[in-house]
Amino acid sequence: MASVRIICPNGHLGFAPLKPESFEIGVAARPDFIAADSGSDDIGPVPLGSDTCASPQAWQRHDLEAMLLAARRIGVPMIIGSAGDTGTNSRVDLYVGMIKDIAAQHGLAPFRLGYFYSEVDKERVRRAIRGGDAVEGLDGRPALSESELDATDRIVAMAGVHPFMKLLDMGADVIIGGRSSDCAIFAAAALHKGCKEADAYYLGKVLECASFCAEPYGAKETVLGAIDGEGVTVTAMHPGQRCTIASVAGHAMYERSSPFFEHFVGGHLDMTHCHYEQVDPRTTRVTGQVYAPAPRVRVKLEGSGKVGERYVGLAAIRDPYTIAHVDEVIAWAKAQAAERFGDKPYELHYSVYGRNGVMGDMEPVKTPAHELLIMVQGVAPTAEMAEEVCITGTRQLFYARLPEVKGTAGGVAFPLDEVLHASAGYRWTLNHTLAVDDPMELFPVHMVQVAG
Amino acid sequence: MNRYRPLSELAKTIRSKNAGVDKITFDVIFTDRAAYDLVRRSRALTRESVARLYNIPESRISDFVEYDPGCAIKFTILRVRPSGSPGDSDIFGSQQYAPLLDVPVDLSA
Repeated sequence: MASVRIICPNGHLGFAPLKPESFEIGVAARPDFIAADSGSDDIGPVPLGSDTCASPQAWQRHDLEAMLLAARRIGVPMIIGSAGDTGTNSRVDLYVGMIKDIAAQHGLAPFRLGYFYSEVDKERVRRAIRGGDAVEGLDGRPALSESELDATDRIVAMAGVHPFMKLLDMGADVIIGGRSSDCAIFAAAALHKGCKEADAYYLGKVLECASFCAEPYGAKETVLGAIDGEGVTVTAMHPGQRCTIASVAGHAMYERSSPFFEHFVGGHLDMTHCHYEQVDPRTTRVTGQVYAPAPRVRVKLEGSGKVGERYVGLAAIRDPYTIAHVDEVIAWAKAQAAERFGDKPYELHYSVYGRNGVMGDMEPVKTPAHELLIMVQGVAPTAEMAEEVCITGTRQLFYARLPEVKGTAGGVAFPLDEVLHASAGYRWTLNHTLAVDDPMELFPVHMVQVAG
Repeated sequence: MNRYRPLSELAKTIRSKNAGVDKITFDVIFTDRAAYDLVRRSRALTRESVARLYNIPESRISDFVEYDPGCAIKFTILRVRPSGSPGDSDIFGSQQYAPLLDVPVDLSA
């Protein structure tokens, strides 16, 4: 009977450091694999579009070092997916470089380092559109148009188990993956050991956020998942945490619109008839999951496109009459910008904190606070223009003409004279799927020997 | 005794988070089956009530699920613009749940 044991120390490697105590307990439990996901689209479109990380390199290196040293010490493969937050080619190369550096620094014995890329050439996507093979939209989006493709700076494809399994078959000791489905990182290891698809994918689904499937709440702690003949078991490694029926069942719904289905390249997992059983105080067993292969392989694509350079301005209001008329104040500033910039392409966005800055139109509370902070974002093709747009949209709040205002020496309070250069504005242009005949097509694999 | 209690006193967890780049999903999780069943019977959380609370058309609620294994009521809202676009003020979608805390639940349901 096929079996596997995998530990996961971090649900998003690099975003915050792993906790060493529970990780060492997990390593001492002698897993067959040490694996973690390092990316997410939660961080918004800027890192993908600008090809940067949202996480500090020191934290990425901290976790890679802990995992690499442990994996080499006990002689098991280490697997990372979605390198460097976005899984672009440059982020894969960054992690590959870190692994080599850490190996050299610690004088590790030679090992095989496998890696794969996930970036997709825009022309590959264009060929599909022109060939009549629609690049279908997810979550209510229309099929991809060439104009949206043209507005895109960078695309990554979401790998399934295939490139990970290929590299394991080739004998990789360490795998650094480009953009990947969270669950595929772990499922590939289980499938490599001969486990059933349903259990393998469920194992991946439950492990991908590490201790988010345990209680009490505490992130970045290690959990151990296993397939040992009947279903999947998951065990908290931190002495103060437990994997309970409620915590494990509850995790199935986390960050997903449906708690019953998990989609990945080549099929989906149906969790409708899952049965949860507490087998010891820290371990829950899950059975009843079903794997459903897809009739045609479709790969999810994420794409980000630049909107423009961006500056941010801040202005605050304390006068109650001005607060009551803040929309007119903003309308005045917008009108001044329109007068200045006319038909040139630019965007001005206002978030009014103290009224509905967090929720916008979804905010049910209609009574504003006694003071407001207005955050202004100016976006334009060049930094010079974005700065001027933003400063116009911010400073003109000061000069808004309200008919009955008592204070005529300035309508807002400025915490700063200037506006601040922010990250460029990007937007998610692709949340789509592309049909492929070969699930490996978009994910070229490479293997190198690391000398140590 | 009051006939109504706020949802925050009956649920263990009330949270919101991105479900991909175009949606925000909301989880209301109960520790015990009785509280979960009570809230379901009360109809305090339905597609209609949630749409009213957030001042959105029902068409923006893409999913509404009662999830028995997790003792949870879960719904998902389509964003007006993708997460992190200029002007989006909650990149992770993690602070959109607050209005649910005070939803009154009819204890006589």
